[in-house]
Amino acid sequence: MNAIITVVGKDKVGIMAGVCVVLQKINVNILDISQTVMQNMFTMNMLVDVKDANVEYPAIVDALNEEGERLGVSIRIQREDIFDAMHRI
Amino acid sequence: MLNQHEIIETLNMIDNQHLDIRTITMGISLRSCAHPDAKICATKMYDKITKYAENLVKTGEDIEREMGIPIINKRISVTPIAIAAESCETEDYTIFAKAMDDAAKTCGVNFIGGFSALVQKGFTIGDRRLINSIPEALATTDFVCSSVNVGSTKAGINMDAVKLMGQTIKNTALRTADRDGFGCAKLVVFCNAVEDNPFMAGAFHGVGEPECAINVGVSGPGVVYNALKGVKGQPFDIVAETIKKTAFKITRMGQLIACEASKRLGAEFGIVDLSLAPTPAIGDSVARILEEIGVDVCGTHGTTAALAMLNDAVKKGGVMASSSVGGLSGAFIPVSEDEGMIAAAEKGVLTLDKLEAMTCVCSVGLDMIAVPGDTSAETISAIIADEAAIGMVNNKTTAVRIIPAPGKTVGDSIEMGGLLGTAPVMPVHNEGSVDFVNRGGRIPAPLHSLRN
Repeated sequence: MNAIITVVGKDKVGIMAGVCVVLQKINVNILDISQTVMQNMFTMNMLVDVKDANVEYPAIVDALNEEGERLGVSIRIQREDIFDAMHRI
Repeated sequence: MLNQHEIIETLNMIDNQHLDIRTITMGISLRSCAHPDAKICATKMYDKITKYAENLVKTGEDIEREMGIPIINKRISVTPIAIAAESCETEDYTIFAKAMDDAAKTCGVNFIGGFSALVQKGFTIGDRRLINSIPEALATTDFVCSSVNVGSTKAGINMDAVKLMGQTIKNTALRTADRDGFGCAKLVVFCNAVEDNPFMAGAFHGVGEPECAINVGVSGPGVVYNALKGVKGQPFDIVAETIKKTAFKITRMGQLIACEASKRLGAEFGIVDLSLAPTPAIGDSVARILEEIGVDVCGTHGTTAALAMLNDAVKKGGVMASSSVGGLSGAFIPVSEDEGMIAAAEKGVLTLDKLEAMTCVCSVGLDMIAVPGDTSAETISAIIADEAAIGMVNNKTTAVRIIPAPGKTVGDSIEMGGLLGTAPVMPVHNEGSVDFVNRGGRIPAPLHSLRN
C-alpha cells in the first residue's frame, strides 16, 4: 500500500534526515520525493510504500508525529488513495 | 506521482475549508426482531444493533486515521419501529426507543434514527402507537431520532397525520421544555421520505433496503465557497462549472470512504449522499455560498435562483463521482446549523416564507427552525402541510423540523449545542389555520401530466 507523507514547517538542517531515519527504522520504502523551500518554509511530499513496514499503520502515524514534534514541523501520512480519488479519474 | 499542487489542494480543503465526511451511517434491518412480548422484542433489537454495529465507530476512526480526513459522525439507522414493533402487545413504544438509545451508547455512535412511521396513506395500529409515544421517547432518550412520513407524490397528504404531528411536536417541545424544546430537534416530518438517507434526524432503514448497508454523507460547503471566491464576477455558466468540479472532488472522497467502510464492516455499500451539509463553524456555511454568488444577504431577492443553481450543480458534479447516489442529495438549509443562515435570520432578511420558497429548489425543507413557544399546534400542522405540498407536487423530498421553544419569543434564540447550533426564534403569521387543519382526511395525489 502506498501513502503520501507531507512535511511542512520552517526550514532547518536535518528535516529530511530525521524523516528518513524514522522510515528506515520501521522499514518503509521511499518511492519518490518532491521538495521545495519557499520563503523559508519547507514543504516536502514523499510517496512511500508501507507494505513491508515492520509496525502497524497506526504506529507509523505515531512515529512520524513524534518526529514532527521533535523537529518542530508538521508531518502527516495519508493513504495515496485519498489523493487519487480526488485528482485522478 | 501526484503533483505538489494536487496534494496541497487536498490538504487545504481538509485543513482550512472544513472538508470532511459528515457521516457514515449503518442501516440495519430490525424486521427479524418481531416478537409479541415487547421486552423480548426490545432485547432482540438491542442485540442485533450492537452485534452489527459493534465495530462501526472503531472502523470509522481507523479509516479517518489512515486517510487523514475527518469522519465527523458515525451513526445507525434502523427499520421504522412502527413496522418492527407492530406485532408487540404494548401501547407504549418508548421501550424500543430506550433499547435503541442503549444500543447507540454501547456502540459509541452519536445518533440512531428510525423511531419512525410511514403514514402517507393511513395509519396502522403500530403507526398510531409509535406517534403517540414520540414525546415520551424523545424526552427520555439521548440519541434517538424520530421521523414520520405524512405524504408522498403517489399517495397524497394524510391530513390526519399532519394534524397529529402538529400536536406531537408541541407535546415533544413541552416534554423537553427544560432544554428549550430540544426533543423537536430530533423529530422530522417528511413528505416523500427516502429509505437510504444517512443524515439525521430523518434517517431510517427502509423496507426495500438490504439486511445491513453503509450509507455515507459527504460535506463541503467551505470548499465550494472557496472555489467560488476564485470566479468573482464571472457569468453563471462558469459558477456552475466550478461548483460541479468541486462537488466531483468532494464526492469521490465520499465514494472511497463508503467503499472502504462497507468492505471492512462486511456490509453492503448503499449510497453516497451528495449533500452540502453546513455546520455552525465559520467558513462552513451554505448561506455564505449564496452570498458569494452575489446576493447581499441570504434570503433577499435572488436567493432562490442562486440556490437552485447551486443545488443542481452539486448533483451534476457528484453523480459522476459515485457509483451509487441516493439519500437526500442536495444543499441543506438548516437555519440553526448554518452560521450565515443564523445571521440572515437575525437580521430579519431570511424569513419562514422565503425559506419555504427555497425548499422548492433544494434538498429537504424547513429545517432546524425555532418558532415562538406559543405557536399553536394547528399553525405547526399548517406549516407541515405547506411543506408537504411542495414535496408532493414537485416529486421531491421535503421535511419540517421545527422547534416551538417553550417560553421563547421572537428576538430570543435557543442553544442546541454542537452541530445543531443556535436557532434564532423566527416569527410565524399570527392568523390561524385551525379550520384548515381540522378538516382532516387526505389531500389527493396530484396529476402528473399538464404540468404547469
